[in-house]
Amino acid sequence: MQFARVKPRASAEVAFTIDSRPARARVGDTLMTAMLLNAPALRRFEFGEGARAGFCLMGACQDCFVAFVDGSRVRACTTLVSEGMAVLTGASDG
Amino acid sequence: MSAPVFDVAIIGGGTAGCAAALALRQRGMSVVLLEKGACGAMASGTNFGGVRRQGRDVREMPLATRSRALWDRLPAVVGEDCEFRATGHIKLARDEAEMAELERYAREARDHGLELSVVGGNAVRALYPWLGPKVVGASLCADDGQANPRLVAPAYARAARAAGAEIREFAKVEGARWTGSCFEVDAGPASARARRLVNVAGLWGGEVAGWFGEGVPIRPLCPNMVVTEPLPYFIDRSIGVCGGNVYARQVERGNVIFGGGRGWGDAQAGLSRPRADVARDAMARALEILPQLRDARIIRTWTGFDGEMPDEIPVIGPSLSTPGLVHAFGFSGHGFQLGPAMGEILAELVDDGRTPSPVEPFSIGRFASAPPAPRLT
Amino acid sequence: MAEPRVVVVGAGPAGMRACAALAEAGLRPVLVDEAARPGGRIYQQPPDGAGRPARELYGLEAAKATRIHALAPALAGRIDHRAETLAWNCFADALDLLGPGGPSRVEFDALVLATGATDLALPFPGWTLPGVYALGGAQIALKAQGCAIGRRVAFLGAGPLLPLVACQYLEAGVAVAAVLDATPFLAKLRGLPRMLSAPATLAKGMLYVARLRRAGVPIFFDVRRPRVEGRGRVERLRFEAGGVEREVACDALGASFGLRSETQLADLAGCRFEFDPRTRQHVPARDAAGRSSRRHVYVAGDGAGIGGADAAELAGERAALALLEDLGLSFDANRAAWLEGSLARLDVFRRGLEAAYPFPEHMVRDLDDATMLCRCEGISAGALREAAIAKDAGEVNRAKAFTRVGMGRCQGRMCGRAAAEVLAMARGEALGQAGRLRAQPPVKPIPMLPGVLS
Repeated sequence: MQFARVKPRASAEVAFTIDSRPARARVGDTLMTAMLLNAPALRRFEFGEGARAGFCLMGACQDCFVAFVDGSRVRACTTLVSEGMAVLTGASDG
Repeated sequence: MSAPVFDVAIIGGGTAGCAAALALRQRGMSVVLLEKGACGAMASGTNFGGVRRQGRDVREMPLATRSRALWDRLPAVVGEDCEFRATGHIKLARDEAEMAELERYAREARDHGLELSVVGGNAVRALYPWLGPKVVGASLCADDGQANPRLVAPAYARAARAAGAEIREFAKVEGARWTGSCFEVDAGPASARARRLVNVAGLWGGEVAGWFGEGVPIRPLCPNMVVTEPLPYFIDRSIGVCGGNVYARQVERGNVIFGGGRGWGDAQAGLSRPRADVARDAMARALEILPQLRDARIIRTWTGFDGEMPDEIPVIGPSLSTPGLVHAFGFSGHGFQLGPAMGEILAELVDDGRTPSPVEPFSIGRFASAPPAPRLT
Repeated sequence: MAEPRVVVVGAGPAGMRACAALAEAGLRPVLVDEAARPGGRIYQQPPDGAGRPARELYGLEAAKATRIHALAPALAGRIDHRAETLAWNCFADALDLLGPGGPSRVEFDALVLATGATDLALPFPGWTLPGVYALGGAQIALKAQGCAIGRRVAFLGAGPLLPLVACQYLEAGVAVAAVLDATPFLAKLRGLPRMLSAPATLAKGMLYVARLRRAGVPIFFDVRRPRVEGRGRVERLRFEAGGVEREVACDALGASFGLRSETQLADLAGCRFEFDPRTRQHVPARDAAGRSSRRHVYVAGDGAGIGGADAAELAGERAALALLEDLGLSFDANRAAWLEGSLARLDVFRRGLEAAYPFPEHMVRDLDDATMLCRCEGISAGALREAAIAKDAGEVNRAKAFTRVGMGRCQGRMCGRAAAEVLAMARGEALGQAGRLRAQPPVKPIPMLPGVLS
């Protein structure tokens, strides 16, 4: 995981999945935060090698778009994580 | 100071003008081209990018067939392929009336040397499973295709320059006349004199014609364009529909370009803007034929200035008022594919006084009794 | 006269002060903002307001942040606040909006654009690796999400945000690997005389540096040729400082080189722009009150030119007063004069900051051809330089057409400045010659918004 939580949240836990693997975050986390507390990156870069994990965190760079299992996509840094979200990073595990 | 008298002056730096500059240089003539902005910034650069013969007025077919061969030769002529891909073009029918129109056009096109393959319901589903259920039929022109309009005219301009043509950009032409011994073209410090003059000034071609007493009714046509973010590649044909209210293509990098309807333009001020309401209508129509666009993000919209003639076919041919002047403008939203051939045809008209391509139907004389266009600048 | 329809875009310090002044005058402005809660970016409120005290979130700016936030309840019912709403187009005296309820359109008789700024990014090898974030991004992670971008974080760049964010991470208990200033130490001394005009602000900046030093954080100046390395993620940062090649182990890097104004809506509104060689940016032309070149369109705050949060508050209120005056309504001319005077004084400090952090041209000069410049489309600096010369593309929109730089989802926000700098340097021309990327609607990516076909 890339991010580290330094201010613990008192809010409720949120259960979601990344590439079908269970993950946990807290109410108030953005999807980007939630993912990067559990995984090293957000998506694969479509025009070359490597992964992307966002950049500006303010909805400007558009680097953090992630796909859900149903094909819909959101900008992770401006979307709050919610229970049951099923996100895909395109990372190959093997 | 006596300025040189060029063999040919060309007003307009779109694809046709730049291709003409190259072709005329290759015939050994001295050429100056004057373009009010950057070459290819107007209609040549802002159109959809369809390279197609299907759907044309059949009078254009010989020109389009001639041009099609030149698209394959772009790397040899201008040093790059400008992303031309012969993906084929499918024209879609969304109801029975449109289906009948596809079949009617296919018969007419065959008589003019264009082979189309028309298929209905089940075959459409099998061939193009990504088309929406509203589509009941499709007519395929297998060797039509698409290219990147931002690249073509500038590539011709570079090739013309490399061949020795003088290309003057940001050189707005304010007036021109025949002095009795040569053409004078007023463009401030870029002014020039020439023995022959080519009017390929696009939307402003009618005004230029007016300087020689043969103004024609031409109106702005601003195609409203939309492009998505890069998406997984799935649209392997360029797409149009009967009636033309939506058209779409996907580039190899994945962006889907689509359009339909008219943007806003003030030709006098030289300002144009895509319209949000028109773009949203195009989105609705695009989703009908391409439901997979449902989750796509739009990242850009644009428009530009093309020139439209009342009968939707261009003005091409010699001036009827002034020997040595040749016109080619008013391509009414479908000039992109014709650009390469227009270069050769204009060179023939200027240098030989005639062209083997049948351009009689496009004569400026068909507007002889029509009121001239209002002054645009 | 019917009640004039006024729209304010942006709920940061500038937009909130503008709304307050307009509401005070009896108008009911529409406030459009992408966030759920007001504050903009500098005073961004965490999504859940999880009870973290203002002092912890905003440090020495806590009082200012609290005052801005307090405007919202004070204005409740007196303004039409469209939260979580993007204004994606401006044309013909109307804005196209996209909010939680779907698309809509709002017409205006007068418009205040308080659209703020983003980090100014410059490319360097490895800047697209997971773990590299903008300085502002690193701050947002901490402030709005209570997270650090890594466990051992280095910071690189130019501008007052550099020592501030590093210090915030230090105080949050995160290991700060190094602070790398791409501008010379001597520049800080050159900026000092003007920065003395705002001694409290200067003292704060010096305090951040002192805390970092006391904690033993390595600080380098005039850092050159930064390169991030790692297998698929940040593992170390290599750089040159004092003529010596150095290396810092880290798992994250916060890097940016100042701020850049968000001017897309001003462009679409038809405002004339001018190039400011001092800040190296094209910004909407404006008078001292914030009037743009377009009648009834006003620009205020960092979106009109980087000036900082304090200046944004003053500029927002000043623009609102100009708006009232131009609509023929009564306004406090003395207050307007005082605001302009205060803005002029703050500008002195701003010039000092600019002198303290001059644009690091070496980042452009040393940018090797292979480094990715447009991170959306994956276009290298070399491809841009080649187009600049071989295709005579000295102007950014032309270069964009030929190379695709700026054609990605970010619409040139992250690469546009670097592209202009690279083009100008490649052609030996002044930066202003490279122009600016022309705004095209939508100003941010929007979903398909099919209209209802008749």
